[in-house]
Amino acid sequence: MNNFEYLRAETLDQAVAAAAANPAAKFIAGGTNLVDLMKYNVERPERVIDITRLPLREIAPTEEGGLLIGALVPNSDLAYDERIQACYPLLASAILAGASPQLRNSATTGGNLLQRTRCYYFYDPGTPCNKREPGTGCPAIEGQNRIHAILGTSEHCIATHPSDMCVGLAALEAVIHVQGQGGARRIPIGEFHRLPGDTPHIDTTLRHDEVVTGVELPPSDYGSNHTYLKLRDRLSYAFALVSVAAALKIEDGVVAKARLALGGVAHKPWRDTAAEALLVGNPPGRERFAAAAEEVLRDARGYAHNSFKIELARRAIIRALEQAAAGTPQSQTDKRIR
Amino acid sequence: MSPSQEASADAAGIPVTLTVNGTTHRLTVQPTAVLLDVLRERLQLTGTKKGCDHGQCGACTVILDGRRVNSCMVLAAMKDGSSVTTIEGLAEDGRLHPMQQAFIEHDAFQCGYCTPGQIMSAVALLEEGRANTVEEIREYMSGNLCRCGAYVNIVAAIQQVLATGRRSATP
Repeated sequence: MNNFEYLRAETLDQAVAAAAANPAAKFIAGGTNLVDLMKYNVERPERVIDITRLPLREIAPTEEGGLLIGALVPNSDLAYDERIQACYPLLASAILAGASPQLRNSATTGGNLLQRTRCYYFYDPGTPCNKREPGTGCPAIEGQNRIHAILGTSEHCIATHPSDMCVGLAALEAVIHVQGQGGARRIPIGEFHRLPGDTPHIDTTLRHDEVVTGVELPPSDYGSNHTYLKLRDRLSYAFALVSVAAALKIEDGVVAKARLALGGVAHKPWRDTAAEALLVGNPPGRERFAAAAEEVLRDARGYAHNSFKIELARRAIIRALEQAAAGTPQSQTDKRIR
Repeated sequence: MSPSQEASADAAGIPVTLTVNGTTHRLTVQPTAVLLDVLRERLQLTGTKKGCDHGQCGACTVILDGRRVNSCMVLAAMKDGSSVTTIEGLAEDGRLHPMQQAFIEHDAFQCGYCTPGQIMSAVALLEEGRANTVEEIREYMSGNLCRCGAYVNIVAAIQQVLATGRRSATP
């Protein structure tokens, strides 16, 4: 780990100013990703700004009937919050599908949004990586790419976004609240994470001086017709090969509203509104689910070691939609997939 | 900014007060120091183990302000005023914590390196009160790896303590 200047921000304005004053500054909260990356010398901040004393730990109702989650709410508190469990069980399930109890206790809502990829090459400063060192190349494309993306890739980067929580947030149309020197703004979750394109070193649309202050959830009315289905190499404590967040609003036997987002397949949580549209207006059933899956994967591209993800994703989408339609969400403790 | 900012300009480090197993320590730490290293190297509490040092194995699990965390991923400078319980803080008056006793009775370890982290995690699991079934115990202990593969006996030890309802070394 490189040495750095440690600053403890007492106010949001101090935090923003401290970041604006140093282009090599980083905010820290839970630290479960940043400290790890610093130990590998992947991140080498000159200044680390501790934002954990800021008053961003509340989960508050919004006027619209949703919830505003403070950026510093730990993942475990969020997942077990009664209001989240009652009104946003899909989000609770996605969070509990990720990491371990220890990590969820430390990791924050804002930090989870800003997790960096777990691509092996990104994590190894001994190899080239366009995300870590722009312009050096992407060894994953011709190399070990079993865990890599099948959607939205570029010739510069095929990394995936590792978060489970963010896949749930994508399905729930969350809005990210941020504040920087230019004031406060709100970024829809779909516009928060980026595709790699020719600038894979930029993960999000957050500006350097901006702090995530909260995550807003609009009202949700999916009842028990949801699921978060995560498939991985072991049953717990592993990143997704493919995950699917699905939610359906079923009225009179017909899908009135559908949400479908995937994790483990792209540089960002992969929501597909065209696939959702194929479900709406039809009775829930395997044929329509398969059509939605085909739509999601129409432009999927596999590499030497990850082509299996295309078929895995197709089946996972269908199974997740079946679970959602039946109102039998995937348990995150009993791992049998029904 | 707070006085800590002024302190950070000082190469000597950042002053922090940590209460570890009930004893208050006033320390000056470097910005790069993680809680695990402070416990082991500054306070000589070597019961907490360094396994992967990257938040993947759980050997360094301690209870920080009432919650289990991976101490290898925590910058000590950020935890001024915090309370920590380590494996050394579980026994009382020479009596083992029921979880420690259960690990012995069930032979829930082989080499023992992951054991302090397993026990701290299991003690926190009792407090959290969310694990009732075997599946739930396994899931909520999944942040603690055991390379010897003592998992079956670890789960049995935790089941026994859950069944007794005891939560501390005090009878």
